[in-house]
Amino acid sequence: MITEKNKILAQWVMDLALKNGCQSAKVVLYANSNASFELRDAKMDRLQQASENGLNMSLYVDGRYGTYSTNRLEKKELEGFIKTAIESTRYLAPDESRVLSDPSRYYKGGKPDLKLFDSEFYAINPDRKVELAREAAEEVLGKDSRIISVDSSYSDGESSSYCLTSNGFSGESKTSWFSTSASVSVKGEGDARPSSGWYESRLFYGQLPKEGIGTKAFERVLRKLGQKKVQSGKYTMVVDPMNSGRLLGPMLSALYGSSLQQKNSFLLNKLDTQVASEKMILTDEPHLVGANGARYFDNEGVATERRAVFDRGVLKTYFIDTYYSKKMGVAPTISSPSLLILKPGDKDAAGLVADVQKGIFITGFNGGNCNSSTGDFSYGIEGFLIENGKLTQPINEMNITGNMVTLWKSLVAVGNDPRPSSSWQIPSLTFEGVDFSGL
Amino acid sequence: MLGSLAAPSFALPESVQGALGGTNNKSAVAAAMKHFGVTESDLKKVLAAALEKGGDYADLYFEHTFSHGVSLMDGKVNNCDANIDFGMGVRVLSGDQTGYAYVEGVSMEEMLRAAQTAARIASSGKSVKPVGFKENVLKNNRYSVVTPWEEVSLKAKIPYLQKLNDKIFALDARVRKVQARLNDATTHVLFCNSEGVSYYDYRPMVSYSTVCIMEESGKMENNFASRSYRKGFEFMTDDIVDILAHEVVEKTALLFKAVKPKGGEMPVVMGAGGSGILLHEAIGHAFEADFNRKKVSIFSDLLNKKVCDEHINVVDDGTIPFNRGSVNFDDEGVEGQKTYIVKNGVLTSYLHDRISSKHYGVAPTGNGRRDTFRNVPIPRMRATYMEAGNVKEEDIISTVKKGIYVDNFTNGQVQIGAGDFTFFVKSGYLIEDGKLTQPIKDINIIGNGPKALAAITMVADNDKIDNGTWTCGKDGQSCPVTCGMPSALVSKLTVGGES
Repeated sequence: MITEKNKILAQWVMDLALKNGCQSAKVVLYANSNASFELRDAKMDRLQQASENGLNMSLYVDGRYGTYSTNRLEKKELEGFIKTAIESTRYLAPDESRVLSDPSRYYKGGKPDLKLFDSEFYAINPDRKVELAREAAEEVLGKDSRIISVDSSYSDGESSSYCLTSNGFSGESKTSWFSTSASVSVKGEGDARPSSGWYESRLFYGQLPKEGIGTKAFERVLRKLGQKKVQSGKYTMVVDPMNSGRLLGPMLSALYGSSLQQKNSFLLNKLDTQVASEKMILTDEPHLVGANGARYFDNEGVATERRAVFDRGVLKTYFIDTYYSKKMGVAPTISSPSLLILKPGDKDAAGLVADVQKGIFITGFNGGNCNSSTGDFSYGIEGFLIENGKLTQPINEMNITGNMVTLWKSLVAVGNDPRPSSSWQIPSLTFEGVDFSGL
Repeated sequence: MLGSLAAPSFALPESVQGALGGTNNKSAVAAAMKHFGVTESDLKKVLAAALEKGGDYADLYFEHTFSHGVSLMDGKVNNCDANIDFGMGVRVLSGDQTGYAYVEGVSMEEMLRAAQTAARIASSGKSVKPVGFKENVLKNNRYSVVTPWEEVSLKAKIPYLQKLNDKIFALDARVRKVQARLNDATTHVLFCNSEGVSYYDYRPMVSYSTVCIMEESGKMENNFASRSYRKGFEFMTDDIVDILAHEVVEKTALLFKAVKPKGGEMPVVMGAGGSGILLHEAIGHAFEADFNRKKVSIFSDLLNKKVCDEHINVVDDGTIPFNRGSVNFDDEGVEGQKTYIVKNGVLTSYLHDRISSKHYGVAPTGNGRRDTFRNVPIPRMRATYMEAGNVKEEDIISTVKKGIYVDNFTNGQVQIGAGDFTFFVKSGYLIEDGKLTQPIKDINIIGNGPKALAAITMVADNDKIDNGTWTCGKDGQSCPVTCGMPSALVSKLTVGGES
């Protein structure tokens, strides 16, 4: 937790930096704590607990720029560190685009609490935490002779930070999280020991689902027994909500100023053009109370606002921070999205699967990558064959290959089942005509 | 207590530099204790507190890391960063169970708090007293440095980025953008445990990397090249600038000619070097003994069984001089060593940490590694490679009627229990009628560990370690590693591509 003492230290660091040669600076102090209890077959395997404190600084010295961080917070040591940092920065070439954000763009405060921190955080009985992990395991232990091992866990944490800039911004943020998980390994064919898992995570302890995690993990591993690869070819692809975000990742990476300015983006010069199907309606919603990812300001202190990213497949914004705005000579937007919501449809994954005659339902990705210049991708997958709206053969050891823009243009249906508590609210998705390679 | 760290260029106090630099091993632990501001009696007290609930074993891991980065973009070296990370972790073992806590300060109060937290894993009530305090003296430093990074100012590093940029632009008119970066880190580790073992290790690391973006007929492509070693500033030479520049330009230019192949099952010739990613993913992780003692690896029942052709030997090695994956000591006091995991086609050893070696009743293999003081040690790879075979690469290629040749990779992944692994091919070639023909790019390859290992039918004599900046992730911990392989034929893998 950020204390008054921390804030005074941040100001002290700022004053020292300005006094010793910085024309401007940003100082961020953070404080985190976390605890985890990992059980194997319902017995404690590992307990871990810690808290930490540190400092990040962005220093602007004679038109030059460097970033410095340390977890050594004694003043005498900090003083030497900062002076050395300023000296080092002077060796660099000047970069006129490196400036703090214009103060008019800063968040000025006054908005209601976003409710991201559970005030009960310190009051939860540690024994109860261990019990939750144990209960997750006990839901399945001994239920089936094929079970080899059940791992389960409970973990929680809080993180808080305080940001200060020399041109007038100060802001504090604080969040908590609580999570339980289970993973079940079973005897498969030959030497194989397939495993699968489930987890739940929430910002508030009271909202954390406390039952069914072990059962769900066990169901997920059982249903994939007997996996094999099927014929290569074009299939309709339904991706479950645990995995759909993976396909959005490269589309978002392509929107950052750092990619665009370096000509390393397949969405360069595509603003206001159709780059995905009409089903793609993606909005950044930073001010949703109690939702993971919500925030009033970004890492520069710039006020966040609701922003369309893709509107019916048309690209509506890039993520341009102060630096790349100056470098590219375009207006800044925001350094990064906060809480992304893909407009849901009216069916869950099972509903989307039911609409597919012949396809593949993806329940896991295994490796793969995407070429940031061209959008060409290839990923390993596992899942199920879909025949006449039903999941039939479990599938593994296959790849999907294609191009991101072609893929998103073939998005034909969006589900209504995003993972709760994810800062990317991406439901199940259906794409047509995806290249699968297997047999 | 660390006040003099403030000296220019983030250097260590002069009084301890000699010992910490590895030149005078005799008093290394004493000098390190002075550096961290602790005494032998402090450490014994903390170890005793760690065992007060009846743990079988405890260790203390002190770390002080200085890292620096400097980068070039748009022709200018105009960005740098530096980080200081300091802390200590207390681990308590009770059977297979682990208690762990860390703190970022080394006052007695903080260390005891960590010890008491970690101690809670045990409840046997039996009393174990730490024994003695004996220094494990380093006999053979695998990464002694000539010029420590702490003594090198930013000014001296800058020309190497500028030269790399200029060289890359000079090599090819299609180059549009160059990014270059130099990272160095120096880690001081002080370790002691309740069995009386202590050591100090000085760990240098450098990574020099570049990304090149080219344009041809309106099409853009990018690729990267990097080298990483446990070396000091002596690593920086004009030769390494030349090597990286040529490599990144060739690798990027090739992509304009490359296509996506037709996907499906086919023979894959793994080119010498980075193809070691196959070993890392297909077998290396699944040989890590934590998975095996828990019986969740596909190789859990295959120890001492024949898993591949009898001519194949696979090694995980922590002893290669200056290698990114080398360790003088692992992070729980075991000396770095060379471990045969497959000898003459037989699975001969898992990769052990302290817990698993005790579980199996075997000598530890020096694979207990941790990301930082914030993490518990777990079995990790070091440099994982296959020893040379006896055929020529061209003879392997000539046996393939229709398949692919791959030698440039970005990343891989594995499912330990199911054995399905993948690696992403940045570029390679089609093989048609025994010859390399059309370049290919951006495809994922997927296979199954034991099946792929059994499907290696030919191994060439051109063994090679890839010294790129390989970083392995496991349980949220990053770990520097390398991999290597001679050219080899895998008779069947599933290759991504168009249908």
